[in-house]
Amino acid sequence: MMLIPCPYCGPRAQSEFTFDRPVEAITRPDGSAPELIRNLFTRDNPKGPSRELWRHTYGCRSWITLTRDTVTHEISDVTPVGASQ
Amino acid sequence: MKYSAFNLFREGLAGHKGWPQAWRDPEPKSHYDIVVIGGGGHGLTTAYYLASLHGVNKVAVLERSWIGGGNTGRNTTIVRSNYRQPELHALMELSLKRWEGMSDEINYNVMFSQRGALFLGHSDSDMLQLAQKGDAMRADGIDAELMTRDQVAKLIPLLDVSPTARYPVQGGLIQRRGGTARHDAVAWGYARAADRLGVDIIQQCEVMGIDMVGGRATGVRTTRGVIGADKIAICVAGHSGRVAAMAGLRLPVESHLLQAFVSEPVKPMIDTVIMTQSLHCYISQSDKGEIVLGGDPDAYPTYSQRGAPHIIEKAAAEALALVPSLSRLRMLRSWAGTTDMSFDGSPIIDRTPVDGLYLNGGWCYGGFKATPGSGFLYAHLLATGESHPVAAPFRLDRFETGHTIDEPGVGPMPQNR
Repeated sequence: MMLIPCPYCGPRAQSEFTFDRPVEAITRPDGSAPELIRNLFTRDNPKGPSRELWRHTYGCRSWITLTRDTVTHEISDVTPVGASQ
Repeated sequence: MKYSAFNLFREGLAGHKGWPQAWRDPEPKSHYDIVVIGGGGHGLTTAYYLASLHGVNKVAVLERSWIGGGNTGRNTTIVRSNYRQPELHALMELSLKRWEGMSDEINYNVMFSQRGALFLGHSDSDMLQLAQKGDAMRADGIDAELMTRDQVAKLIPLLDVSPTARYPVQGGLIQRRGGTARHDAVAWGYARAADRLGVDIIQQCEVMGIDMVGGRATGVRTTRGVIGADKIAICVAGHSGRVAAMAGLRLPVESHLLQAFVSEPVKPMIDTVIMTQSLHCYISQSDKGEIVLGGDPDAYPTYSQRGAPHIIEKAAAEALALVPSLSRLRMLRSWAGTTDMSFDGSPIIDRTPVDGLYLNGGWCYGGFKATPGSGFLYAHLLATGESHPVAAPFRLDRFETGHTIDEPGVGPMPQNR
């Protein structure tokens, strides 16, 4: 099981979190149609480091962005969503 | 040598010294008509049908490790065709009919056991959905039988059907032609049958790249050299996205994982496959006596083939609530397979935008039951260049055009899968 470092709660068990989608699949309303289709309906599906949107659903319910390796499950970066704004 | 009672008797007298190798271990040739990437059940059946039905026998199946070592050997061995959508009825029933004749067809005992596949209903809404599904199945000529609680209790005496049960049972929907099969035997049997028709099965041969000339795929670069091909057929389950990326493609697929686990072997106690409409728990007993359990997928992208224990805990908790006597069993082992999750839960059998490159993937966590149908339809596409009518709806571009085959009923929304 992964131990996911929530920026607000500290390291918590994976079972408290839900995966939402890779960051590449986040669609913006101002994107072009081909771009939206590509982002919604296709995936890079990397084998290795991946940038992903997760949620601490059964904890503080905040949205977070992880850089996580899809083979080793190592988490190298955690950023709260909206932190830079 | 044909596997038969006579040959078994003769070899028994001769000390079993005369059995030939089941399939050859050939060196890869420099060129084939069709190269199938992936030596799982789907890839091997594809090669078998190419040779047996379409007369294409310059075919190689490339497997990076050993045949049947991926999801073919990692599933819960359940075979059924009890779906809701007409497209999936056609696909899964075509498969189920091939399962019924498989052992004879390929002269290999795959131990297909039609012990019945039962979906339990736990509420009025479950029973309504099961009744609708059963009606839809019968309308498409597939057997389905709605059962009352008493009928279910008689079929599976160990099931907790008391009103105070954690998951009270109101009834169920059974497909009596459903059941289980010996999954390794499916890979071995098709490998042997395909090999006898001239197909080269090349193990320990990983595809590292796809050669392209003028926008057309012309061959594969492997750990055992370059192999040219007129047509290249991707059939690699969880690694579909990675192999397609070698030709510059992005697929509508995310690779997740699904776990399964088995108990120590015990005497026969459950002779039906138990599934439920509300929970995600699969219970069956193997011919060896192990109780085989499966549960929810681990819902995040991973290639690790290694799942999280809380998923096992949840499946085990549901299994114990349904069949309390399982609590005395010790679990023997657990494992996981990498599943290529498409956004509507249905597979893709189609050509790709790259000439000469074809895709069979996106089977999510339901590919084993479709093994012979998948190979039959993929071989048809590869040999004739046209999709078989049953495979035609399973297009690669159906997500962007809105023609999804939406069995879970969530709409064409990837994030809702």
